[in-house]
Amino acid sequence: MSAVPAPAADAPKSAHTAADYKSDYKPIWCPGCGDYSVLSSFTKAFAILDLAPERIAVVSGIGCSSRIPAYTSCYGFHGVHGRSLAAATGLKLARPDLTVVVASGDGDGYSIGGNHFLHACRRNADLTYVVMDNHVYGMTKGQPSPTTEPDWDSKLSPGGTGLRSFNPLVIALAAGANFVARAFAGDPNGTAEIIAEAIRTPGFSFVEVMSPCVTFRPEQREWKHHVRPSPVPATDDAAKAARRLMTDDGFNIGVLYKGDRPPYQPPMGKGRKTPADLERGFAI
Amino acid sequence: MSTRKPTRKRAAKTAKRPAPKPVKQPAGKAVAKRAEAPPRRGAAPRTRGPGADAARSVAELMSYAYALEAEAAERYAEFAEVMEAHNNREVAELFRKLARIEHKHSEQILEEMGWTSPPRPPSTGYRWEGPEGPETADITDLHYLMQPYHALQIALHNEKRAEKFFASLARKATAASVRKAATEFMDEETEHVRLIEEWLARTPKPAKDWALDPDPPAYHD
Repeated sequence: MSAVPAPAADAPKSAHTAADYKSDYKPIWCPGCGDYSVLSSFTKAFAILDLAPERIAVVSGIGCSSRIPAYTSCYGFHGVHGRSLAAATGLKLARPDLTVVVASGDGDGYSIGGNHFLHACRRNADLTYVVMDNHVYGMTKGQPSPTTEPDWDSKLSPGGTGLRSFNPLVIALAAGANFVARAFAGDPNGTAEIIAEAIRTPGFSFVEVMSPCVTFRPEQREWKHHVRPSPVPATDDAAKAARRLMTDDGFNIGVLYKGDRPPYQPPMGKGRKTPADLERGFAI
Repeated sequence: MSTRKPTRKRAAKTAKRPAPKPVKQPAGKAVAKRAEAPPRRGAAPRTRGPGADAARSVAELMSYAYALEAEAAERYAEFAEVMEAHNNREVAELFRKLARIEHKHSEQILEEMGWTSPPRPPSTGYRWEGPEGPETADITDLHYLMQPYHALQIALHNEKRAEKFFASLARKATAASVRKAATEFMDEETEHVRLIEEWLARTPKPAKDWALDPDPPAYHD
């Protein structure tokens, strides 16, 4: 059950262009930030799918990456730190007709929102979760995040944290995500294709985007010399995908796992409570 | 579909073309160091496809050329907006100018081919040597304190890559018409490289400490 079917090979050109999904607000991130490219990938993905902007909701939490909803012409919700998935799940269940895309970062998504991440994978609502991972809290000036390398030495973590890095793709897979992919901000067109495929795939789709933070992690400019297309096609075998993910070096780009678990969507219709019903319960 | 109108028109276009563009570059010391460093051994290639040796007709070649120019124009326009937002107006204006130039080139290709709208990409999508077209600047090349010289280095780098791209196409082309058109594009890019080099020569070089910020966003001992 996907709200966005795959197009036929001879489908007519999309009636929308990427520009149709951009708002009048000019994006503000540091010059060189990978998030500019990810924003561009969002808008390109929407154009590939030819979705009307008013049929899309972009939901986010807090952090650099979470600024994205304001820069699109779609419905947007810039929510509470780490709680983007909770808000997005509620929205999707109440309005299954909308395409709901969630934007987050490694701090918002894996630390403050870590628990929501696990259960969103498990619940498998039809959401697309795009996490811009730069291994640092950029907005609050450079603290280590869950994906920061244990030996990253900085003013705020002298000698490094010594803590093992979080492996979001393996965790997503183990927790039940139906689609797992890794993308790179330096390849906005490839990232757009992956996001489009994630949206087309029913259930909870997780896309980890390596998005360099040139201000606090300038060495991440080198990522472009390391990333490569995944040498193997996506698998629907979770065990095989897990083995690949546990042994890769973190630079394989592409769709890594695509399952067929039916998405979670409670039935609509009679017996369903409305906000008015809930309000009645609180009437004095 | 018309075939590509030759040289005279393209030569005129080249002559009119203002200035140039840049090389890989700026960002603080780390980036400067990287630019000088030899290629990393064992680094993964960025290749996504075989490059445009897929261009089997002049129309397909022109479609590649259009995509290359349009994507470059879009990226320079984005760069201009970023630098404007960060109050680096001089560099913003330069990127704006580069965006206009590239946009003009893409429009000229449409006109030459008699296309009323952008061509549809090949069924396999555009296959560049890297993730994006050879004239498209890398998003991470920006630095908030960069100067026009750096922007021109980025443009020069891109023009050189475009020159190589068309040279490779000309070499691999099996049809004489494709080879001829690719060679024309290559010559044009060679001219752009020359123009940007001249532009760079007229542009003040940044001081060694150009990236020094007395109130830096990232504070290190």
